[in-house]
Amino acid sequence: MEGHNPDAVIAIDRLVKKFGEKVVLNEFTVDLKRGENLVVLGRSGSGKSVLIKCVIGLMRPESGTINVLGEDVLSLDHDGLDNIRSRVGFLFQSNALYDSMTVKQNLEFPMRRHLKNIDYKESMDRIMDALENVGLAHTLNMMPSELSGGMQKRIALARTLILNPEIILYDEPTTGLDPITGKEITLLMKEIQEKYKTSSIIISHDMKCVKRAADRIAVLVNGSCYAVDTYDNLKRSSDPNINQFFE
Amino acid sequence: MRMPDSFNKYLDETGATSRFTYRYFHELVRPRYEIRQFLRQCYLIGYNSLPLIGITGFIMGLVLTIQLRPSLISYGVESQLPVMVSLAIVREIGPVITALIFAGKISSSIGAELGSMKVTEQIDAMEVSGTNPFKYLVVTRVAAATLMLPVLVMISDAISLYGSYLGVNIRGNTSLRLFFFQVFQTLQFGDVLPAFIKTFFFGFAIGIIGCYKGYNSSKGTEGVGRSANSAVVVSSLMVFIIDLIAVQITDILGLN
Ligand SMILES: Nc1ncnc2c1ncn2[C@@H]1O[C@H](COP(=O)(O)OP(=O)(O)OP(=O)(O)O)[C@@H](O)[C@H]1O
Ligand SMILES: [Mg+2]
Repeated sequence: MEGHNPDAVIAIDRLVKKFGEKVVLNEFTVDLKRGENLVVLGRSGSGKSVLIKCVIGLMRPESGTINVLGEDVLSLDHDGLDNIRSRVGFLFQSNALYDSMTVKQNLEFPMRRHLKNIDYKESMDRIMDALENVGLAHTLNMMPSELSGGMQKRIALARTLILNPEIILYDEPTTGLDPITGKEITLLMKEIQEKYKTSSIIISHDMKCVKRAADRIAVLVNGSCYAVDTYDNLKRSSDPNINQFFE
Repeated sequence: MRMPDSFNKYLDETGATSRFTYRYFHELVRPRYEIRQFLRQCYLIGYNSLPLIGITGFIMGLVLTIQLRPSLISYGVESQLPVMVSLAIVREIGPVITALIFAGKISSSIGAELGSMKVTEQIDAMEVSGTNPFKYLVVTRVAAATLMLPVLVMISDAISLYGSYLGVNIRGNTSLRLFFFQVFQTLQFGDVLPAFIKTFFFGFAIGIIGCYKGYNSSKGTEGVGRSANSAVVVSSLMVFIIDLIAVQITDILGLN
């Protein structure tokens, strides 16, 4: 494929997404390399959530290409898309825990659906593993509404991890949490990256989290990828479009 | 010529609802079938509505009987009380009142539930978990509402008639056997069947409108409230519109 980097697990090329007249993404291009944490930095409403929803096929862009794990997402049929979705985890900005289900059922759901004939013991083992990973094994039979915001976030993270994804897309994992819980989540993300060798796109405004977690940072300005570099290099930049995030 | 905005909006909404309905039938017939969810919804939608439907049905039958008695006495046809009440209940009041109560209870709860699932991204989460949320959430709920309302109406009719029997016995004296003998002698197939058939349409309309409003909820908790509210308003209105159409059809077919 032309211009396609073989190291990249996600290659987004000249992505355009509009809502009616409004152009949200305008020729956005970025690569996610294997094993790295790429942070996407952008102001509120700049289209960060839209970007990763396009990656997982929840929204359809007007033009451009998205390649995930060697598959062209936009030309996949239903089964192809399901296959990709079982290999890519998504942590939603609003957690998206099913509030009519217990924690256990929440974690079971993606397994039941993606791995149709998983047996009970294996699924229980995985659930306990995932819960222990986030330190919340005791919440197994609780309802999401009984948990605090930070706990919900960690359960949502456990659900994202339960299928052992190769890639994880985090939509603002630390927003709305106190600094201590935010730090815990950030460390958890680093730990997951090292333990399971995952590659991740992380969306965040939280500069502490960005500093700790990012291998590279992509700055999203006016719908396109304005700059991609490491935290230290970007921090030193004198460009107002970039250093507005670092103040 | 420019149409007023509200009219355009109305047309947009009608178009979108039609597409939603088309999608429902499309997804209904294609595998995979969410049988477990469907049964769960039948339980939640049908069984959980029973107490409410039962109480209102009982009161309806009782009150109607008490109200009708003086007029019938003045015409000297008090003995026709069971006949009049049962015709009114089975043909019209039972289906429509039950459907309205069902709309208030079910349409709003579906609207609010799907609405909040939409704004908290639970619907997106289902989709990335290898589940078709339309099948899982919408098809099961609409199918359950379509099948459960007729059952509820039958139960409500029966309880209403029992209420009516008690109403007759407040001043008169008739046995339960005699009462139901009179009722079943009056009720014709043509009274029961059209009334029964239209309840499927009521149930379908209530389910599909609740789902449509919830599934297309706008962002924010305010959007969820608005979905629930307009689901009740629109589906109650639809009950009357369908009723109007149904009566015209039975009239033309000579079933009256
Ligand atoms: N379904 C939609 N319909 C219409 N417009 C939308 C839709 N989803 C997003 N938008 C618009 O796209 C723009 C980008 O939204 P997005 O949710 O990606 O922002 P964001 O960068 O994630 O912001 P935040 O940091 O607040 O989450 C917003 O202006 C929003 O109004
Ligand atoms: Mg966002």
